[in-house]
Amino acid sequence: MKLVVCVSYVPDTASKINVSLDGKTIEQAGVTYILNPYDEFAIEEALKLKEKFGGEVDIISLGGDKNKESIQKALAMGADNGILLKDDSYRDSVAIAFGLAEEIKTLNADVVLFGKQSVDYDNGIIGQLTAELLGFNCVSVVTKLDITDNKVTAEREIEGGKEIVSTSLPVVITGQKGLNEPRYASLKGIMAAKKKVITEKTPVQFESKVLIDGFTKPASKQAGKIIGTDASAAAELVRLLKDEAKVI
Amino acid sequence: MENKILVFLEQRNGFIKKSSFEIASYASALSQKLNATVEALTIGKEITNLQEVGNYGISKVYFYKNPELELYSSSAYKKIVSNHIKENENNLVLFSNTAMGKELSPLVAVINQGALSVDCTKLDVENDSVKVIRPVYAGKAFMTAELKGNVNVISIRPNTFPANKTSELNSEIIEKYIEDLDLSVRVTEVVKSDSKLDVTEADIIVSGGRGLKAPENFKLVEELSQLLGAATGASRAVVDAGWRPHGEQVGQTGKTVSPNLYIALGISGAIQHLAGMRSSKYIVAINKDKDAPIFQIADYGIVADLFDVVPELINELKKIRGNE
Repeated sequence: MKLVVCVSYVPDTASKINVSLDGKTIEQAGVTYILNPYDEFAIEEALKLKEKFGGEVDIISLGGDKNKESIQKALAMGADNGILLKDDSYRDSVAIAFGLAEEIKTLNADVVLFGKQSVDYDNGIIGQLTAELLGFNCVSVVTKLDITDNKVTAEREIEGGKEIVSTSLPVVITGQKGLNEPRYASLKGIMAAKKKVITEKTPVQFESKVLIDGFTKPASKQAGKIIGTDASAAAELVRLLKDEAKVI
Repeated sequence: MENKILVFLEQRNGFIKKSSFEIASYASALSQKLNATVEALTIGKEITNLQEVGNYGISKVYFYKNPELELYSSSAYKKIVSNHIKENENNLVLFSNTAMGKELSPLVAVINQGALSVDCTKLDVENDSVKVIRPVYAGKAFMTAELKGNVNVISIRPNTFPANKTSELNSEIIEKYIEDLDLSVRVTEVVKSDSKLDVTEADIIVSGGRGLKAPENFKLVEELSQLLGAATGASRAVVDAGWRPHGEQVGQTGKTVSPNLYIALGISGAIQHLAGMRSSKYIVAINKDKDAPIFQIADYGIVADLFDVVPELINELKKIRGNE
C-alpha cells in the first residue's frame, strides 16, 4: 500500500502571537515551531496501515527549509521517505494543495493523510482541496478508519455526534484527535531518520486568488469584577447574568 | 460586475439548521446593499422548515431532492452545488462553517476553480472586491484577506451573524428531483453523542476542568448545564485524562466557541483554552486560585471552591426558574 502524509510546520500552541508593527505579518521573535499536532495522528495512522498491509510511507511538506524539521520528525516516527516541496513565497490554500497534488500524482498513492487542520491559519481545507485536485475520495475530521480490500469505512466528527462514512480507495483522510495515539520516536528511529535523505523539489506554480492584507490582534478583554470569595456570591452572579448581562 | 449570491442551506434530519439561517439573513442584507441577487440551495429528502427561509429575506430556494440524499454524501452534494453554480453563474457562494460546510466548500471551490476562504467572521464587498476577516492561531489574531476569484466561496463561522426574521416573504421553492447520483462517498449512519448539545452550537456553555478533581464530579457541571439549557464543555487536561470525550474539548486543539455565556468551573485558563473561548460574549469563572489566568478575561469571577459555589448557584437558578 502506498501511503502519503502531508505535514506542516507551525507555531507551538503555547506561543504568544504578536502582529508586526506594520500589521502585515506575525512577529517571529520568541515563536517556536513544531510539527503540526494534528499531523501526528495522520503519520501514526499511516504507520499502522503500513504495519497491516505493507508498503511505504512518504512524507511531503510544502514550504521553506525549516519544514524539514517536521519531515524529520515523521521519519523518526518510522516513515520511509521525505520530500520537501521548497517554496518560500506566499501561496493560498488552493495553491498549496495544487503543489501537493501535482507531486502526489507521481507517487501512485492509495491513501493520502493530513492532519484535520494546521494550527496556524486554522483553515482545515488543504486535505479536501488536494483530494478534489487528485480526483480522490475524501473524508475529513476522521476519528476512526477501517480499510478492507478496496473498501473504506471512516467515522467523522460532526456537531453533536459522528457520521459513519463509506467510500473506497484511493482516498484522502484528514485526522482528528481520537483517531489513534501517536507513537513517540524511539532513539533508534531518530538515529535512522538522520540517515534518510529528504528530497528537495520545486513545487508547480499556481496563482493564489486569496491575498492577505494583514493581521490584527483581538481587542484585549478587560478583566471584569470579582463578585465574591464564597458561596454567597452565587445569588449576586445570578442577578448579574439575568439583569445586567441578560444572558439567562 | 453583477453579483449573484448563492447560500447553501444545510439540513439535518429534515430541518434547515440555525447556522444556515444566519448566513441567509446576512446574505440577504448584503444583496440589498450591493443591489445583487441572492438565492438559496438545499439538498435532501424532505425538509420541514424550508418555507422559513423567506423570513430571512430569501425569495427563491432550489431544493434538490432524492431519498438517497437524506444523509450527506460529499460526492453527490459537491456535484449538485457545483452544477448549480455553473448554470446560474453565481460568483459569491456562502456556506456555514459546520462539519458539512467545512468539508464541502473546498470541494466546490476546486470544481469551480474559485477562491476560497473559510471560517470568516466578517465579509464585505466593496468596489467589486470581496474582503474577509477570519480568526487565525485559534483566535490569537485576525487575518484580513481579499478574494480574487471569478467564483468566491466563503464559509462563515456559526454564531457570528444573527438570524434576523426581518421579512414576510413567501419564498418560491423550486424542487428538482435528481436522478443521477454519485454516491462514491456517502454517510450510511449518523450516531448521536450522549451529550445533547454540541459546544459549537450552544448559546451557553458550562465547562469543567481539573478543579472538578474526579470524572464523577462532572455531574455538577451537567446539572448546571441542564438547568441553563447549556452544552457541557471541558478543558484539554480532563479530556487527556480520559474524564470527558474529545468532542467536548474547548481550546486550540479542541473546538473554538463563541457563545453568549461561557461558565468556566475549575479551569485555570491555559493560553490554548483562552484562545478557544475568549470571543464568548460573557465569561464567568469560578476558581479557588485568585491568580488563575481565566480571571483576566472573565466578566464575572468568584474566587472560591466550586464545590461550595456551584450547588448554591444551582439553588439560586432553580429559585428564579420557579418564579418564571
